[in-house]
Amino acid sequence: MKTSRWKMSLVGALAGGLLLGSQALALPEGVDTVEVMAASKDHPLQEIRSGWNYRSPETQSLQSDDFENPGFIWVEQGAELWETVEGTEGKACATCHGDAAESMAGVGAAMPKWNEKLGKPINLEQQINACRTERMGAEAWKWESNESLSMTTFVRNQSRGMAVEVQTDGPMAPWFEKGKELYYTRVGQLDMACANCHQDFYGQRIRADMLSQGQSNGFPTYRLKWQKIGSLHRRFKGCMKQVRATPYKVGSDEFLALELYVNWRGQGLPVETPAVRN
Amino acid sequence: MAKSKPRVKVPKKADKGEVIKIKTLISHKMESGQRKDKKGELIPRQIINHFSAKFNGETVFEVDIQPAISANPYMEFNMRAEESGEFEFIWVDDDGSIYTKKQPLEVS
Repeated sequence: MKTSRWKMSLVGALAGGLLLGSQALALPEGVDTVEVMAASKDHPLQEIRSGWNYRSPETQSLQSDDFENPGFIWVEQGAELWETVEGTEGKACATCHGDAAESMAGVGAAMPKWNEKLGKPINLEQQINACRTERMGAEAWKWESNESLSMTTFVRNQSRGMAVEVQTDGPMAPWFEKGKELYYTRVGQLDMACANCHQDFYGQRIRADMLSQGQSNGFPTYRLKWQKIGSLHRRFKGCMKQVRATPYKVGSDEFLALELYVNWRGQGLPVETPAVRN
Repeated sequence: MAKSKPRVKVPKKADKGEVIKIKTLISHKMESGQRKDKKGELIPRQIINHFSAKFNGETVFEVDIQPAISANPYMEFNMRAEESGEFEFIWVDDDGSIYTKKQPLEVS
């Protein structure tokens, strides 16, 4: 373990050097850092690194230009939906929230948030649907539908460059603990926990792929493999399938708790939505 | 995905003789025709099979596209700006639809 940590930091230093050298300007557009120090000693990671660091220069360059970034197709669709009147109340998102650039700045960086009425945390996808059903009198969007993804991406994009910060105390504490437990619980036929890859071996190869820290700051993310944008919960499902476990459902309490915990692990990283990953 | 929507990025102004960069992207699923659905039946091919860019009616860039190109194809090319005029970008879909976008360029 000791040697592997040392190797890891050497690889990190080399990658860092490359970044500083030939491609100092190749940061994601709208974001000025992709690495922060952990805020407390209790944090399981010493330095918190965005998944950006682990992708190839080709993938990075797709993200560092908003025009080339295919994720912006969904941002634009979301902007259209923002103005679209739907439901029995005759309202659009813009009717109440006005200009998203102002009203939604920072919202996506602080999800999931405690919801008093539901008595549990609520994430961005769910909050959008709550608005639709309760205030607009419209139908809830299906998870992972084009509309849900577009709006989620659009709203979170308004927080781009802002630091991820989630509440973990008070009523959120049991959810945080639940998420932490899930993160460290081995599951599936391969008997692996999230931590077995994303904490123990990030920066190293798993066959042809480079393991990241499994950070959530770029979600919803345009994945080249998916050829479209996808939600964090879809990614969670993918990871669980890969270790041959039965995935929880998107929007389930389990994934909500895990989302809260994973966001906390990336506390301080800038929101990159829509990020581009492989 | 809903309807395909082209995006184009061309500088508004250029100096005479300057080499300008033109970026284009269109949202499209680019179904290769080689994948199967859940029942095991082939999903019919539907891709953008041709892209061309015209400047003042003259073709300046043209490409035949094959099924191996990813979804949401991105095309970029350079052109020497000699005169003011208008670009016309044309994407041709397998289903016969044609998506176009026009963009002016001012050369001084």
